[in-house]
Amino acid sequence: MVIQNSRNNLVVFFSRTVLSCTALSFSLISLLVISLLTINQAAASPVDTYQFSDEVTKKRYQALVKELRCPKCQNQNLADSNSPIAADLRREVYELLQQGKADIEIVDFMVKRYGEFVLYRPRVSSLTYVLWFGPATLLFVGVLVVVFILRRKREVKQTQTLSQAQQDKLNSILNGKLHENANETADAITQNINKNK
Amino acid sequence: MNKIIRLLPLVLFIALAFVLYRGLSLDPQSLPSALIGNKVPAFQLPQLSDETKIVTEKDLQGNIILLNVWGTWCVYCKYEHPYLLDIAKSKRVALYGLDYKDIRKDAKAWLSQYQDPYIFSIFDELGKLGIELGVTAAPETFVIDHNGIIRMKHVGPIDADVWQQKLLPMIVMLESEQKGG
Repeated sequence: MVIQNSRNNLVVFFSRTVLSCTALSFSLISLLVISLLTINQAAASPVDTYQFSDEVTKKRYQALVKELRCPKCQNQNLADSNSPIAADLRREVYELLQQGKADIEIVDFMVKRYGEFVLYRPRVSSLTYVLWFGPATLLFVGVLVVVFILRRKREVKQTQTLSQAQQDKLNSILNGKLHENANETADAITQNINKNK
Repeated sequence: MNKIIRLLPLVLFIALAFVLYRGLSLDPQSLPSALIGNKVPAFQLPQLSDETKIVTEKDLQGNIILLNVWGTWCVYCKYEHPYLLDIAKSKRVALYGLDYKDIRKDAKAWLSQYQDPYIFSIFDELGKLGIELGVTAAPETFVIDHNGIIRMKHVGPIDADVWQQKLLPMIVMLESEQKGG
């Protein structure tokens, strides 16, 4: 009995240790995951230490590096990219701003060297007409098609009306049959009710 | 009329499928250079071999000029280096280097170790000329004609295939242009 008891105690002790160990490792892993996530976040957006004389220039800088696309690491803008060329181009944007260049001049500067590709909002040109006006054109065509179909349906309805003679004949048939039918059904129902009683 | 309208969705679908299918085989990384047909941008930078010697765009001389953007940090530059030595030996083009965002000491050591194919290398420590040229990374090679107009830009390393299929046809064309005019 004593042995049994101590054995039980041992089992309890071991299971408790195992439990607490798992709990501990879980919490450790979650801590690790959290710290890794935060490290990644810190590394994800590069940090430059540019000083701006006023808030407006800072806002313009931030808008420009968000608007301009990194030519090397496609699908990232200059602000997000860690690549050396993106860092260089951010510096270039900063220097051009310090020189007092207008936003449009800075964008032109980039387009002249890296092509239209660097613009996340492409300019309206013969190359981008489809891009800019395609969706509106498709919508317009869609509306036209719907209008066309609706109109045709209405026309079909109008042309398929019956002549007066046909209408009279139809009415007489319907009236006669309907009355007969109604009487029959009413009789059938009363019969059924009586049966169930 | 009715039949045509009924077939319209099918026709549109086939057209769209064709466009999208073609898109699958296009390389999104290959961007046309914005500088093709433009003059080499003006610059004033020191030579790699001698920092007191300042070179400008006027110092790039030759009937057909190859300007090769390289750096010791660039892995593919090592790969294309033997081909550049061959090109330099052929004397068909004037090969200049643009040492892009590099450390002078390392770059000099590299050239003495692997031999120097360039007439001279421009030393662009901050990548300023690189930005002027629309360079995104190394290696890149520009083909420039005798008027100083950029005619072609090749992104990526040069090897025998690239030379045969891309650069040589351009060079042959430029040679015949010069003979003709």
